[in-house]
Amino acid sequence: MNHALILPILLPAIIGALLVIAARYDKVLARVFSLASTVLMLGVAIMLLVLASDGQVRSYALGAWPAPFGIVLVLDRLSALMLVLAAVLGLGVLLYAVNGWDMRGKHFHPLYQFQLMGINGAFLTGDFFNLFVFFEILLIASYGLMVHGGGGLRVKAGVQYVVTNLVGSSVFLIAAGLIYSVTGTLNMADLAVKVPQVPAADQALLQTGAVLLLLVFAVKAALVPMHFWLPGTYANAPGPVAALFAIMTKVGAYSIIRLYLLAFGADAGDAAWLAAPWLLPAGLVTLVLGMTGVLAARSLGQMASFAVIGSMGMLLATVAVFTERSTSAALYYMIHSTFAAGALFLVADLVAEGRGMQRDRLAAAPRFAQGGLIAALFFVAAIGITGMPPLSGFIGKLLVLDGVRASAHAAWFWTLILSTSLIAIVGFARGGSIVFWKAHALPATQASAAGRRAPALAFVAVGSLLACLLLLTVFAGAIHGWLDLLAAQLYAPAGYIDAVLGAAQGGR
Amino acid sequence: MEFLVASAIGVMTATGLYLVLRTRTFPVVMGLSLLTYATNLFLFASGRLDVNRPPVIGASLNGYVDPLPQALVLTAIVISFGMTALVVVMALRAYLETGNDHVDLPGDASPEAHEDDWKPGGARAPAVQNAAGQKGAGGHKRGASVKGGEA
Repeated sequence: MNHALILPILLPAIIGALLVIAARYDKVLARVFSLASTVLMLGVAIMLLVLASDGQVRSYALGAWPAPFGIVLVLDRLSALMLVLAAVLGLGVLLYAVNGWDMRGKHFHPLYQFQLMGINGAFLTGDFFNLFVFFEILLIASYGLMVHGGGGLRVKAGVQYVVTNLVGSSVFLIAAGLIYSVTGTLNMADLAVKVPQVPAADQALLQTGAVLLLLVFAVKAALVPMHFWLPGTYANAPGPVAALFAIMTKVGAYSIIRLYLLAFGADAGDAAWLAAPWLLPAGLVTLVLGMTGVLAARSLGQMASFAVIGSMGMLLATVAVFTERSTSAALYYMIHSTFAAGALFLVADLVAEGRGMQRDRLAAAPRFAQGGLIAALFFVAAIGITGMPPLSGFIGKLLVLDGVRASAHAAWFWTLILSTSLIAIVGFARGGSIVFWKAHALPATQASAAGRRAPALAFVAVGSLLACLLLLTVFAGAIHGWLDLLAAQLYAPAGYIDAVLGAAQGGR
Repeated sequence: MEFLVASAIGVMTATGLYLVLRTRTFPVVMGLSLLTYATNLFLFASGRLDVNRPPVIGASLNGYVDPLPQALVLTAIVISFGMTALVVVMALRAYLETGNDHVDLPGDASPEAHEDDWKPGGARAPAVQNAAGQKGAGGHKRGASVKGGEA
C-alpha cells in the first residue's frame, strides 16, 4: 500500500485545522501556511500523476479493512489528472485571494483548505457513500466561502445555493439507498461486479437509483434543467471563490465519467450505458442555453457563469457519446475550460474592484486604473473560453468535433458547437467593448480615480492561469496522447476492479 | 407496516418538495427538514423493515437486519441537522441584511430594479434592518437595500 494516496486529503485537513486553531488572527501566518499547504498539495498531486502514469491502478484501503467492506481510495490516471487540475487552480486562485479578499471576512484560509480537501477526496474515493461525504465536505466549505465578505445579495444568493445543494444531497442519499438495497454494496468496483448480476425484477429499482444519482451529479455539473443555481451563485460569490468553483462543476463531471463508465458501462447487462440517453440531449441543450446566456448576461460575472454552463454542456454531451476518442477529447476540453473559466472570473473581479460602484456590470463607466492591462487579460481569457485560435480552447473544440464524428448524433454536435461558438464570441465581444472601449468615450472623473489599484501579485495569479492555457496549447500533442491512455484505462474497467477487489483478497 | 412506512415517506417527500418550492425562506427550511426526514426513513427502510431483529449476525439469533443502512442514516442525520442549522442562520442573515425573506434574488426582474439594488444605503430600508444595523454593519456597504420591500 502506498501511503502517498491519502496525502491530498490529510494535508489540507491538518493545515486547515491548524489554521483554525493557531492562525485565526495572524494574517501573515494564515497566508503563509495556506500557500505552503497548497504548493505542497500541488507537489503531491504531480507526484501521484507521475505514479499513475505507469498505467497501474493503485488502491489504498483505509484502516486496512478489505475492499468491499472498508472504504478504499483509488488512484488511476483520471483521479491523478483531476488532483493536479484542482491543485493548480487552487494555487492560482489562492495567489489572487491573498491580495486582500481573504481578509474581508473570517476563516477564509481554513475554509479554502477544507474545500480543497473535499475536492481531492471526491476525486480519490472508490466508495460512493464516501463520495457523498466528500461532496458534503466540499459543499459545507463552499457555503462558507460563498458568503465570504457578506453583503445582502451575496447571502441571499448563498441561501439559494445551500437549499439547492441540500435537496441534491437528499436525492443522493435516496439514490444511494436504492442502489444499495438492490446490489448490497457501496464500493464502486464491487458495484461494477454486482450490477450485471441484478435480476430483471430489480432492474427498475437499480436503474431508478442510477438515474437519480445522475440527477445529483447533474446538479453539481450545472446541466440543464439543473443549472439554475449557477449564475446567481457564481456571479454573487467573491471573485476568487467563483474562480475556485470552476473546479466544482468538474467534480460532477468527474463523478459521471467515473461511475457511469465503471459500473454502468459496456458490461452492465440490462443497465448498460444507462446515462447516455439522458446525458446527451441534456448536454446539448445546456451548451445552447449557456452560450445564449453569455449574450444575455448583464455583468462580466454572469457572462463567465453562463460560459461555464455552456462549456459543461459541451463537455458532458461529448462524454455521453461514450467512446475512447470522445472521452479523451472531452477531458482535454475540461482541463482547458477549468483554467479559462477560473481566469475569467478573476478578470471579472479585477474589473469589479477597479471600477468601484459600477462593479462588473455591462454598462459604460469612466476609465479605471490599469484598465489597459486588465482589458488585455480579458481578451486572452475570452479567446480561451470561446475556443478561438490560437489558444487551447480551439484545439479542444477541434478534438471534440473529431471525437464525435463516428457518433449517430454528429450532425447535432457540429451544428450546435459551431453556432454556439459564434454566439459566445459575439457575447464576449459585446461585453468587452462595453466595459473597456466605451469607457474611453466618457470623461475621466474623480470617482474612477478612487478605484482600487490591484497589486502585481493579482496579475501574476491571473497570468499563471492563462499561462496554463498556453502550456496546454504548446504541449497539446503530448497531453492528448496521455489522455488517450487515460481513456483506454477507463474503457477497460477490469484493471480498476482487480486493483480494488484483488488487493483485498491479497490482504486477507 | 410496509404500507405505513412507505406512505409516510411519500407524504413527507411530497410535502417537503412543495414547501421547498415556496418563495419565502421559512417554508423552504421546513420543507428541507421534511425532505431530510423522508430521506432518513427511506435509507433506514432499505436495510429491511422488521421488528425485534438485531442489526448483528449471531449463531443463536433468529435472523437479523442489515446494519449498514443504520450507520448511513446516522451520518445522514448528523449532516442534515448541521446543514439545517446553517441554512436557518443564513436565511436569518439574508433577512436582516436585505429586509425581506424572499428566496428570489432582487433585481432579476427588470433593469430598473437592478439599478435600484445598487443604491447605497437603500431608499426604504425597513425598521428591522436599522435595529440590527449595529451588529451587521459590515454588510451595508453595498447591495444591502431592497426596492420597495418587494423582490
